[in-house]
Amino acid sequence: MLLADLFVVALAGGGESGGPLDVNPGVILWTVVTFIFLLLILKKIAWKPILKSLNERESFIKESLEKAEVAKKDAEKLIADNKQSMLKAEEEAKKIIDQGREYAVKLKSQILDESKLQAKKMIEDAAGEIERKNAEAYNKLKEQVADIAIQSAEKILRENLDKEKQIKLVKKYLDDLSKN
Amino acid sequence: MWISDSSAAVDTLKEAAGSQDTGWIMHHVLYARELDLTPFGIIHLPQFHLFGMDLSITKHVVFMWIAVLLLVLAFIAARKSYQKSLIPRGITNLLEVLIVFVRDEIAKPTIGHGFEKFLPYLLTCFFFILTCNFLGLIPWGSTATSNISVTATLATISFFVIQIGGIMKNGFFGYFKGLIPHGIPFWLLPIMFVVELLGLFTKPFALAIRLFANMTAGHIVIMALLGLIFILRTYFVVPVSISFALFIFLLEILVALIQAYIFTMLSSLFIGMAYHQEH
Repeated sequence: MLLADLFVVALAGGGESGGPLDVNPGVILWTVVTFIFLLLILKKIAWKPILKSLNERESFIKESLEKAEVAKKDAEKLIADNKQSMLKAEEEAKKIIDQGREYAVKLKSQILDESKLQAKKMIEDAAGEIERKNAEAYNKLKEQVADIAIQSAEKILRENLDKEKQIKLVKKYLDDLSKN
Repeated sequence: MWISDSSAAVDTLKEAAGSQDTGWIMHHVLYARELDLTPFGIIHLPQFHLFGMDLSITKHVVFMWIAVLLLVLAFIAARKSYQKSLIPRGITNLLEVLIVFVRDEIAKPTIGHGFEKFLPYLLTCFFFILTCNFLGLIPWGSTATSNISVTATLATISFFVIQIGGIMKNGFFGYFKGLIPHGIPFWLLPIMFVVELLGLFTKPFALAIRLFANMTAGHIVIMALLGLIFILRTYFVVPVSISFALFIFLLEILVALIQAYIFTMLSSLFIGMAYHQEH
């Protein structure tokens, strides 16, 4: 209400310089001159260099980002490669270790078997030898006992042949004994 | 009590208005031939006439020149900063935000391909209007864009840029042929041509009126709110007036930005429509 009143008054030409919708040719001219001047001077000192700088920077940032992206991809690939080769190496190492272990087990069992066999054989050999020696000793003893028995029998027989001879024989025997 | 007071106020105001007492409000908004720097004094501006035209320097002309000066200084600083490095610092940051805004949010989407040619005009337009709008908000300042002559001139320049842009792209006859939409009955052609031709002029007219009205209205509202104190002759209205005026002032900061944006945006839109007529 107040404003409407004010505006009506203003439009009716309340001030000494005319209403707000009055057009002043001087101001128009000065506006044209000012704006064209501003446009030309800013185009020269501001828009061209600044827009150029902005574009430069934008392309620089874009390039940098693209480069970074490429580098990142490369690095990722490298890491993946590394991982793969590491896995491979690990697998290989595992395989080698397994192989070694298997071989060791095999070797162990082989050696064990062999040594068992050898030991058994040795025991068997030893037992055979002992038996053989026993038999030998027994045979010897048997022979000796036979010899002694025969000799004793012989001596007894000889003694029984004659007294003289027997005495001589005893004497000789004793001599032999003393000599020995 | 309040109602009777306020109706009394309206009466008082009417009476005061009748007796030229609103002069101080209009004085603030209208042409002035001097810079009112009260309490430091009043600077009278030179007045001269040429070829029967009043070419006096008015307050608004002075503030346009101040805007030009500020812009030139700011952009010289910005340019220097860009010469030093591509990384913006200080005021360059602010200017860059606005430049990139005008380029990427106004010119690029509305004009599309070939927007670079119009960028200097749109940027100048935006910064000039913005600075003029803001100069009205500082103490002793004056809004050049609240002058219908200024806004009409800016809109006329915009009009010429639109038409020249369209004619340069589509050729003189091609441009005017392209104004008429496709697929209408041929007996409608004369009417459509007139309508479209009128449309060419109403667009900048709307631009001029919109900017002028927006920039004037806020000032008048602030003045009116403060004027209530003197019209009602009571201290009780002071907090109300001041807080409302402060609110309007803050709104004006927003309006200053929005109007600069809208003027540039619509100019850019019209340029785009004239430039790429097939759309």
